[in-house]
Amino acid sequence: MITAEWVYWLCGLFFLTVGLQIAFDPAHKRRWTNALFWCLLGASLWYGSFVPSAPAWILGVAVIAMALIAGFGLTGSGDVSTTSEAERVASAAGKGNLLFLPALTIPIVTVLISAGVGRIAIGSRPLLAPGSQTLVGLGVATIAALIVAWIALRPRRPGIAVAEGRRLLESIGWAALLPQMLATLGLLFTQAGVGTQVGLIAQHLVPEHSRLFAVIVYAVGMAGFTVVMGNAFAAFPIMTAAVGWPLLVMRMGAHPAPLFAIGMLAGFCGTICTPMAANFNLVPPALLEMRDKYAQIKVQIPTGIALLIVNICFMLVFPFR
Amino acid sequence: MIVLLGVALVVVGFALRFNPLLVVTVAGIVAALLGGVSPLQVLEAFGTGFASSRSISIAFVVLPVIGLMERYGLQQRAKTLIVGAAALTAGRLLLTYLFVRQLAAALGLTSIGGAAQMVRPVIYPMAEGAAMRSHGELPEAVTETIKANAAAADTVGVIFGEDCFVAVGSILLITAYVDASYHLKLDALQVAIWAVPTAICAFVIHGFRLLRLDRRLADLAATARKARGERT
Repeated sequence: MITAEWVYWLCGLFFLTVGLQIAFDPAHKRRWTNALFWCLLGASLWYGSFVPSAPAWILGVAVIAMALIAGFGLTGSGDVSTTSEAERVASAAGKGNLLFLPALTIPIVTVLISAGVGRIAIGSRPLLAPGSQTLVGLGVATIAALIVAWIALRPRRPGIAVAEGRRLLESIGWAALLPQMLATLGLLFTQAGVGTQVGLIAQHLVPEHSRLFAVIVYAVGMAGFTVVMGNAFAAFPIMTAAVGWPLLVMRMGAHPAPLFAIGMLAGFCGTICTPMAANFNLVPPALLEMRDKYAQIKVQIPTGIALLIVNICFMLVFPFR
Repeated sequence: MIVLLGVALVVVGFALRFNPLLVVTVAGIVAALLGGVSPLQVLEAFGTGFASSRSISIAFVVLPVIGLMERYGLQQRAKTLIVGAAALTAGRLLLTYLFVRQLAAALGLTSIGGAAQMVRPVIYPMAEGAAMRSHGELPEAVTETIKANAAAADTVGVIFGEDCFVAVGSILLITAYVDASYHLKLDALQVAIWAVPTAICAFVIHGFRLLRLDRRLADLAATARKARGERT
């Protein structure tokens, strides 16, 4: 059975190779801290496969070490040699639309694998582990796209693909680790009881018989809590236990399905407004090498606020038909 | 109450623009210790938190392919293609991408698109090519605005599209949580269907703003031209 772990190992191998390439690059400005950061990240992806049977605190130490290296600005882009703008224009003219072939291979193969191969079973065992179809699809698609790129573009040596990948990875830098750290923060907040406290405050805020007020507290609470936690999934159980279920459903008779669906969407309005949702809002600016890392969030905030108002209106109507 | 100090640390840290990694690490440790979690448990939480959220890193596995295509001029090719299509402005192109991204996500195809796979190699260069047709060489203020809007179209599209799909994490979380806590039997489809009105509104609101992007880019380009004119 093929599981998502195989893809983690592939990704870990990429990070490790990047780390080693940097270690053997004497021209790199922050050679050793960068090499350490990417090697640790790659090794952690592998080690994670064996948690919890392997002790989790060892991984915890590695994660904090990476956070400190990157947090104090000791990672940073080296100058990976690549083609110049003029060379690229010339190459683009020569290769033409053949260049899009690897780009198209990725989504097509991902969908084929996750939808098609995901259904195949050998005997009674499925070929792909349940729940891992998309991840495995992406892993296979990457290898397929590399082969297609190889045939279509004919680079001189195999190391070029890793070096070009390294150029992009180094421009992302510390933002590559942030999404995982935020997931961990959610875990720690929950263990510490932050959610229960917020729930208690929300309960105190709502006067008992005002539907408008209860709806506003539920929706704005979902959005606000998501802004702090970076994830609507963390906000949902807390706000639902505090306001959604006891007040809106039990006392005021709201239908659960539309209420909870719109409640989650109110949380998503927070997702597009917060740097805490790093994989959505901070990784893309890093990847696009933007000067202002918060520019994407600034574009999204007006949409988020307008949609939150829309969701409050929907929540006043749909669950109470 | 004192554990809320952790939340306050996050807000203050981000507001003062400390490195987010440091803010998150420190806030997590402080909140956990204040909440009575032992230091060893804190280390374990960092370990298990990382291990269970590794799927987020998987998006980076495509980078060697993207880098290789860039080396051979993918961005430049995408730009040339668009310069030929006269009706496509940067705003209209991003509107089209928003539509495709949202629709694909609503059908469960979230892996089509994404910052690494589509925005950086194809969508952003195309939007830039479209803007160059109207304004010539682009000043940095314009390219930065295009980048921010290209990334935003991707994020808004996927977030407000995927919730219409039955087998997505957020819908499954709602049904699993509600069924376990309140002994209901919520049907996933019944929940997902209520995400459709908001999804349509998201497209209308953000799409309308994208259509106004072209005028904004024209203003930015004109301001930059004027500034350059005054200097010479």
